[in-house]
Amino acid sequence: MAIYLDHAATTPVHPEVREAMLPYLDQYFGNPSSIHRYGREIRQAVDRARDQLARGLNADPSQIIFTSGGTEADNLALIGVALAQKERGRDHIITSAAEHHAVLDTCHYLERMGFRVTYLPVDATGQIQLDVLREAVSDRTALISIMYGNNEVGTLQPIRAIGELARERGILFHTDAVQAFGMEQLDVKELPVDLVTVSSHKINGPKGAGALYIGREVPLFPQMHGGQQERRRRAGTENVPGIVGFGKAAELAVANRKEHREQTMACRHAFLEELEASGIRYTVNGHPEHFLPHILNVSFPGVETEVMLMNMDLEGIACASGSACTSGTLEVSHVLKAMQLPEDVTRSAIRFSFGLGNTGEQAAEAARTAVQIARRLGQKGI
Amino acid sequence: MMVYLDNSATTRPDPEVIRVLSDVMENIYGNPSSLHGLGGKAERLVKQAREAVAKTLGVSPKGIVFTSGGTESNNAAIKGAAFQYQNRGRHLITTEVEHASVYEVCRQLQELGWKVTFLPVDVQGRVRPEDVEKALTSETVLVSVMHVNNEVGTVQPVQAIGSLLQAYPKVLFHVDAVQSFGKIPLRPKEWGIDLLSLSGHKFHGPKGVGCLYIREGLQLMPLLVGGGQEEGYRSGTQNVPGIAAFAKAALLAAEKGKQHAPRLYQWKMEMLQKLQSKLSGMMVNGDLSREGCAPHILSLAFPGLKSEVIVHALEEEGVFVSSKSACSSKGEKPSRVLKAMGLSDEEAVGAIRISMGLDTTQSDVEACTDALLRVIPQLQQVMKVHGS
Repeated sequence: MAIYLDHAATTPVHPEVREAMLPYLDQYFGNPSSIHRYGREIRQAVDRARDQLARGLNADPSQIIFTSGGTEADNLALIGVALAQKERGRDHIITSAAEHHAVLDTCHYLERMGFRVTYLPVDATGQIQLDVLREAVSDRTALISIMYGNNEVGTLQPIRAIGELARERGILFHTDAVQAFGMEQLDVKELPVDLVTVSSHKINGPKGAGALYIGREVPLFPQMHGGQQERRRRAGTENVPGIVGFGKAAELAVANRKEHREQTMACRHAFLEELEASGIRYTVNGHPEHFLPHILNVSFPGVETEVMLMNMDLEGIACASGSACTSGTLEVSHVLKAMQLPEDVTRSAIRFSFGLGNTGEQAAEAARTAVQIARRLGQKGI
Repeated sequence: MMVYLDNSATTRPDPEVIRVLSDVMENIYGNPSSLHGLGGKAERLVKQAREAVAKTLGVSPKGIVFTSGGTESNNAAIKGAAFQYQNRGRHLITTEVEHASVYEVCRQLQELGWKVTFLPVDVQGRVRPEDVEKALTSETVLVSVMHVNNEVGTVQPVQAIGSLLQAYPKVLFHVDAVQSFGKIPLRPKEWGIDLLSLSGHKFHGPKGVGCLYIREGLQLMPLLVGGGQEEGYRSGTQNVPGIAAFAKAALLAAEKGKQHAPRLYQWKMEMLQKLQSKLSGMMVNGDLSREGCAPHILSLAFPGLKSEVIVHALEEEGVFVSSKSACSSKGEKPSRVLKAMGLSDEEAVGAIRISMGLDTTQSDVEACTDALLRVIPQLQQVMKVHGS
């Protein structure tokens, strides 16, 4: 029986989400921009989904921009704000070396467009240092972009402290909360953030939908031009079924957040208990206290990442080397590199990520399988 | 009963398309970039979809990049080419009748310092190939001309433009084919097209998916970065169910279109004959010749009436049409396209668009004809009373 432990890469669509979407593929297929009643009904569905997202973040519906996913939302936040801020003489961006590629690659792109980018280092737990950030900010800093929780090792960043520092200095703050949404409480009225990225397919919603929360008075230069959709901030016919599904997924994720945390935490504990009991050599990568419970990054020194992955896959267990977006490349993860971990740790790291439907028993079974493989392949004599 | 004749705004997904989308969503949820078996399954599905779409266009699968829709494809093509080749020059050529997602991108580039020539069109809405050639300069990097106009259905001479541009190998040719795919023949490779945009929900596919055909070997500055999916042309986790459903829709449209398109043209002409014989004060916009128009779009204008009023009156009769392009239908201003064709403000604000799909039946068209025959004289009568 297959065990899927790669929920940080993507998640199965929740049956209720799928149910919610189906009518908008068939009976209610219209274009929300059409002026006839048929279009207006569809517009209301998009508005309902926007309300669901807004409630999930405690935002106003007008502050939600639907996009095609997390990558587009990150691109829009960074490029959109950077270009708007450049006109005001601000041409410096601060981010971290452990961000998702959607942010890092966008920063490289902005460098090519003449922006200066500071890539903050992270410590061995994956966190940035506030005093380093404080030194990096200047009057020309347009935007700070630091992820909420890391997608490879689960480390939470000191978001509140970063936000407070940003507010103090009058700098806009974007956080990629793709992994944190549905896991951490995200309240934009209470948290000092100006832009937040969320993605549907990471919370049991459909692929092809995401959103950017944008605070009032945050200047934004749109990246998709054309029709007047999304209050002229993102052109293109709305992906209605995708948006409806995303809205439902957000509602479910926020409503079930506590149970979901407990369930993934139980998986995590079950997994680690098995490892501990086995006596094999392993290390847990990330922060010992401040982490997303569903992401567990473990190294089995002596067993190459790819070898472990392939063997786990043969045993029917799906896990990952690093972020799915780069795992095709077989390079050592930039996150682990930035954490400056020893080479035998970075070369043997595996990400297990828990989610809907996973049980403690499944996690324990996966751990036992990993132990067997480690014993068989690398750590002989243990 | 509902008669849906607003297929240029969006179409009803084909039942088979819904089945594919729903099945894939339920069963193949892996991330195509993941190394494990589930990821592999998703990756293979995207590969098959790419091959299927490529086949319908007669191009290599390597040239197909999946996007979130027609707007993204147009943005990616035009900005991507403009930014990538700005060292060659900063001049673009397009027309006055493009869809907003081309027109607004060009205006944006204008603000950023590019020079853009917006070519005029004739009374039928057609650009002249010789005007394209005349507008070319040593600075021109891109020509963008739509295949079928979304408001009036006029077919642009993209084949002729593509062939004249063969003499200018450094000038790229982009075609927005969002309205033409599945309705009239489309051969990007034979026609010298370098970049071509398609949108799934315009041919009974899902919303949220489109594709950009990119001639092999052509570099573009990507619109979305981070992750390197789609060979680096378009980052972001692929919308696997959407992509599979898009491919299904493309195959179905390519097949059905061949049989259905001639019928649509016939029904359009029959409808027109009836309306012309019984209504006064009606104008027909765009070309109506078999070769010169897309079979599924009919644009009519009733000077003195407001298009919104006609749309709502038809709605009362269960018939759904549109005032102009859905993407700009909220604007109060008369259509830019109709104005470019020489219509007066009064004529342009009285225009409606009737657009058929591959699921439209003859009785749909007849019901629309009957509804117009009832509604228009009534509205004209009201206007007369109020006007006198």
